[in-house]
Amino acid sequence: MSQLALVIDLNICVGCSACVTSCKQWNTSGLAGPMVDENPYGADPTGTFFNRVQTYEIGEYPKTETLHFPKSCLHCEEPPCVPVCPTGASYKRESDGIVLVDYDKCIGCKYCSWACPYGMREFDEHQKVMKKCTLCVDRIYDEKLPEAERKPACVMACPTGARLFGDVHDSESDISVTIREAGGYQLMPEWGTHPANHYLPRRKNHSHIHEDELIRVDNPLNREDIAKPDSTEPSLEDW
Amino acid sequence: MHPAFSVIFLTTLIGAGQGLFLALFLVESLSIVKVLPQQTGAFYGDGSLFALALLIGGLVASFFHLGRPERAWRSATMWRTSWLSREVIMLPAFMLVVFLYALNHYATGDVSSASVDGEVQMTVLLGITGVILCIALFVCTGMIYACLKFLQEWHTPFTPINYILLGMMSGFTLAAVYASVTSPAISSFYAGWAILLTVAAFVFRFAALMRNKRLKFKSNVQTALGVRHNKITQKTTGAMGGSFNTREFFHGKPPEFFQAVKIFFLVAAFAIPLLILLVSSSSESFLLFFIAFLIQYIGLVAERWFFFAQSNHPQNLYYQSIS
Repeated sequence: MSQLALVIDLNICVGCSACVTSCKQWNTSGLAGPMVDENPYGADPTGTFFNRVQTYEIGEYPKTETLHFPKSCLHCEEPPCVPVCPTGASYKRESDGIVLVDYDKCIGCKYCSWACPYGMREFDEHQKVMKKCTLCVDRIYDEKLPEAERKPACVMACPTGARLFGDVHDSESDISVTIREAGGYQLMPEWGTHPANHYLPRRKNHSHIHEDELIRVDNPLNREDIAKPDSTEPSLEDW
Repeated sequence: MHPAFSVIFLTTLIGAGQGLFLALFLVESLSIVKVLPQQTGAFYGDGSLFALALLIGGLVASFFHLGRPERAWRSATMWRTSWLSREVIMLPAFMLVVFLYALNHYATGDVSSASVDGEVQMTVLLGITGVILCIALFVCTGMIYACLKFLQEWHTPFTPINYILLGMMSGFTLAAVYASVTSPAISSFYAGWAILLTVAAFVFRFAALMRNKRLKFKSNVQTALGVRHNKITQKTTGAMGGSFNTREFFHGKPPEFFQAVKIFFLVAAFAIPLLILLVSSSSESFLLFFIAFLIQYIGLVAERWFFFAQSNHPQNLYYQSIS
């Protein structure tokens, strides 16, 4: 049993929103009908999106970091949105673990959106049904596409390679290895939803420059009787 | 959460209808064991149809909540997992039984309440079925909210208990109004029950408020993003003009309004009706009972608004500021 998922590397994401527009383009052009935009050129533009990039500031000036945070359905292994659906329109595919909505069965009661702690579902105000990320199910199995392109539109669009796609149940898949090795984590683990999508943390490379590396202690030009700079720390020579 | 008036009217109207039916059958049961005088068939019949009208009103209101009401029949299919689906089954089943209960009372006439030669009357069987369905419907309605574990304000046994008590409270007050016109002798009996239920409902509703005041939220912005830092400020939500997430999960009213609604519903749903009922319980006065019910119902509408508005959805952690 496989579980397809995305891994999003927050260390790489630059917040360009290419994944947002490419997601919208692919999914608004599909068989399921357009994803509505209300007032797109007006004062309060709003619309249906499956994927958004948010920005957070961590810390306080001057010690701040910017976090770009792409947010789309996590395709939980225990999706709380599925059992609450009264019509069975919301379902999780046995074969690949994708959580989908059958737009022809949905009655638009919005109960599933209440039941998603992450707020990943969006109501389409024109079709009056609940919509959500499909992990581009109409793309990843399309044999008319070259094999390298059978990936979700957001993954194809990411210019920095911050989005990885694969099977998290296959321990040797690229994304499973990445999750293991780069400390991939799940959002809000406290609810037991077991999201399939993982995020990779921001990582920093810290280098420590020892004083000795700036002032060469064994400089042959130094005379022996010249005192070395006082240092309580051990110098490189002590090793 | 954003309170939807369709759901507010659905839950308050069917609550009153359910309570009224329970009140009618209580009198029928007590009249069988000769604690209360026997009532006419029309008393039960008209009363049940009145309850049915409230249930229909609630059902109609619920359709306004649906994006695709023409597909509503599909919502009965997932009763194994979904409390909403269970409610969708229970409501029409209960309505049917209430309707049959009314018909049987009209058919059997004034002797219906007495069991003839130890034979159990059809109305009693229907009444017991109705009571079971009525309680089941209350539980389903409450569990729709109580089963969502990350909506911590709702995820408590108080939620279904309060749906039961608040519904019965308004139903019995309504029964006092109804009886003051149709059978004034028992209107004070209903008023007495309404007083008891109003006190009980207040105790449990207040306990729920106390519980929620002390609530510790399991999710915070650190677990939402997976970043361990005490100071995280949201700069963008990914949508400049708002989105479904910013509309559906926030009540959008200032905190003063929110607090005012809380005080208003405590006064209007409990304090004022209680006072009126205490003063007028033996008066058999239609007008006073009616005023008590009207104020109580308005209070319950406010209570339901507050019930939705107070609930903090963890998704709101991702939508703390719009820019």
